[in-house]
Amino acid sequence: MTTPDRHIERMKDLPSTHLLGSGTALCAGCGGLQALKEAYDILGRKTVFVNAAGCMTLSSVYPFTPFRGSWLYTAMASAPAGAQGIRDALDILKETGRLAPDDDMDVNVITGDGSANGMGLSATSAAIDRGLDFLYFCYDNEGYGNTGQQASAATPHGARTATTAIAPGHAGIKKDLFSIWAANRPAYVATVIGAEPLDLAKKIEKCRTIKGPKLIIALAPCPVGWGFDPERTVEIGRLAVRTGIWPLKEYIDGAITHTHKTKSRPPVTDYLVLQDRFRHLFEPRRNDGLIADIQCRVDAYWDAVD
Amino acid sequence: MTDRQLMTGNAAAAWGARLARVDYIPAFPITPQTEIIETLAAWIDAKEMPGRLVTMESEHSMVTAAGAAAATGVRVFTATSSQGLLHAMEMLYTVAGWRVPFVMTNVSRGLASPITLEPDHNDIMAARDSGALQIHCATCQEVLDTLLIAYKLAEHPAVRLPVIVNLDGFYLSFTREAVELPDEQAAAQFVGDYDPGANALRASQPVSQAVAVLGSGLYSYFRYEMHLAAQHALAVYDETSDAFAKVFGRRHAAVESYRMDDADYAFVMIGSFATKAKSAVDRLRANGVAIGLVRPRLVRPFPVAALREALGGLKGVAVIDQNLSNGFGGILHGELAAALHGFAPSPPVIASFVAGLGGRDITLEEFLGIADVVRQSADTGVTPPGRLLYSDQELREVRKLQAVAAVERDELGAGP
Repeated sequence: MTTPDRHIERMKDLPSTHLLGSGTALCAGCGGLQALKEAYDILGRKTVFVNAAGCMTLSSVYPFTPFRGSWLYTAMASAPAGAQGIRDALDILKETGRLAPDDDMDVNVITGDGSANGMGLSATSAAIDRGLDFLYFCYDNEGYGNTGQQASAATPHGARTATTAIAPGHAGIKKDLFSIWAANRPAYVATVIGAEPLDLAKKIEKCRTIKGPKLIIALAPCPVGWGFDPERTVEIGRLAVRTGIWPLKEYIDGAITHTHKTKSRPPVTDYLVLQDRFRHLFEPRRNDGLIADIQCRVDAYWDAVD
Repeated sequence: MTDRQLMTGNAAAAWGARLARVDYIPAFPITPQTEIIETLAAWIDAKEMPGRLVTMESEHSMVTAAGAAAATGVRVFTATSSQGLLHAMEMLYTVAGWRVPFVMTNVSRGLASPITLEPDHNDIMAARDSGALQIHCATCQEVLDTLLIAYKLAEHPAVRLPVIVNLDGFYLSFTREAVELPDEQAAAQFVGDYDPGANALRASQPVSQAVAVLGSGLYSYFRYEMHLAAQHALAVYDETSDAFAKVFGRRHAAVESYRMDDADYAFVMIGSFATKAKSAVDRLRANGVAIGLVRPRLVRPFPVAALREALGGLKGVAVIDQNLSNGFGGILHGELAAALHGFAPSPPVIASFVAGLGGRDITLEEFLGIADVVRQSADTGVTPPGRLLYSDQELREVRKLQAVAAVERDELGAGP
């Protein structure tokens, strides 16, 4: 890991020039791209991104790429294994004098929640088992976004998706990937969101000083999949944090710390009401039972924290 | 002084990787391949060879890591069998498209269901269209030598594709034969240093590899490029096996012909069971039958010209497939018929026999029977329907076991 050349404490410490190129095929207002763009500024150009099938796969379309560093697309289930191959190869090249130390790179996996929670979970767990020195960046848009927002293991309870289109929406409960990853005892796990760029930047910066498996989940508000105007991505992201639905936290050395705590949380309905996927909670008749369910889960989470 | 050792086919594969000075071995155990990675792991642990072996959690991840490491710029070896090859299949296609050169040994084993440990070629035939090249071995010596040839072939600037070196489980993987161990320096010199070519990841030379394409024109372009590279590998293979013969004195042609001078008939087979066909040829020749054996070592690319040369003008050919494409028949038979069709003078009879599935033996009597069928067909000019070799005795054994199971079930009262 290279030592960061800056230390981020305040918003004004964030980089003012950006590394990620524009003009990709991604959707306007993509919360995943927003988080990636912020993270990339901190990670820098001496990086290689190893990608699994998902929305971000369309960021690099031949012969164009928005990355100033390197990129390798693998498949949906095995991006962490690709990271293993690259990390090992770079180490071998360094050890045998075939790679100048300056030519080394940090290896980052980038996948959506579909890969991270599902078919990629085994490869991720195994990379953690092996103590792989890499960063896993998951943009979590809470469904199989690239194929039109079908329900995934990361879809929240009650959300309408392309495969749970009828009220009361998705019957399952959003998988606790943070805890699953943390139970594997990697060096670092965190949640972030693009709408809180300072928190995100601090966590990415911290990752750069830690050797071993580091994993980050970025909640990625998705205008197309969640049903909201692209101009509201930041607003919805902030509400996800403030209502307590998306706790910002980190796991390090066996301990979990919440990096954003407030005394009073607005009701979850402030967040839900802005999204088409939850409209059935309010129209044609308000579903107080289901809303209370969602609120109760959030309250119970924070009660346990406090 | 030559160094001859008794070793298994698996040990020969491990020696091939060691003598090719591989940097990196992503691994995953599966019978009957496991001895290869255990041997390499022990050598690396004892510092008898450099390199790094990493046990992955699946063959899918193993081939991903193999491709990614090759895309970064190191020489890679890996090995699998059967279900493992199938589990890795998505990635085998994928990394072939990355145009990364590495070598994988497949120790052939029949596929589920029913699950079995013993060999046939349905596993490796499933990889036929992956873009990876395939070379099939019949002896332990060939396994070792072919590994060295395979690296040179894979890494050739005009090829740049993964190569699979295939050997049969049990019959070759666990059979000890005398193997001449190539001199370490001569082998190193033959294979050469690894040239990453365009497949390199460096901070100072950023590159996006394996990106998506939108538009069928681009997709076809890259797929055709792969096909042309695989076709080109035929000429590169011939050059490489010639160079190998010059240095080491052993020739491993793309197609082996055994007693084919003045032959009227031929067995066509791949893999270690072809050695059984050789003894059948000897017996038939002693009885005055003008028959030989043609054994393609290269299956991808398919050595069409060499096969036409070997088989053109014959009266009849018996293709013996140790695989079964259900609803079609033997895969090699179909491929060979396509290669010979419309070519003058194509043999008038190209007959299909499926045998040796799941390690089932092919007896001398069966080879003699196959030769009889082909000779009679050549006389009548009528190609016989494809045959699935199976004996009355085998069927009787199956019926016996079923009867025992039925009696047991009735005795125990668990039956309907």
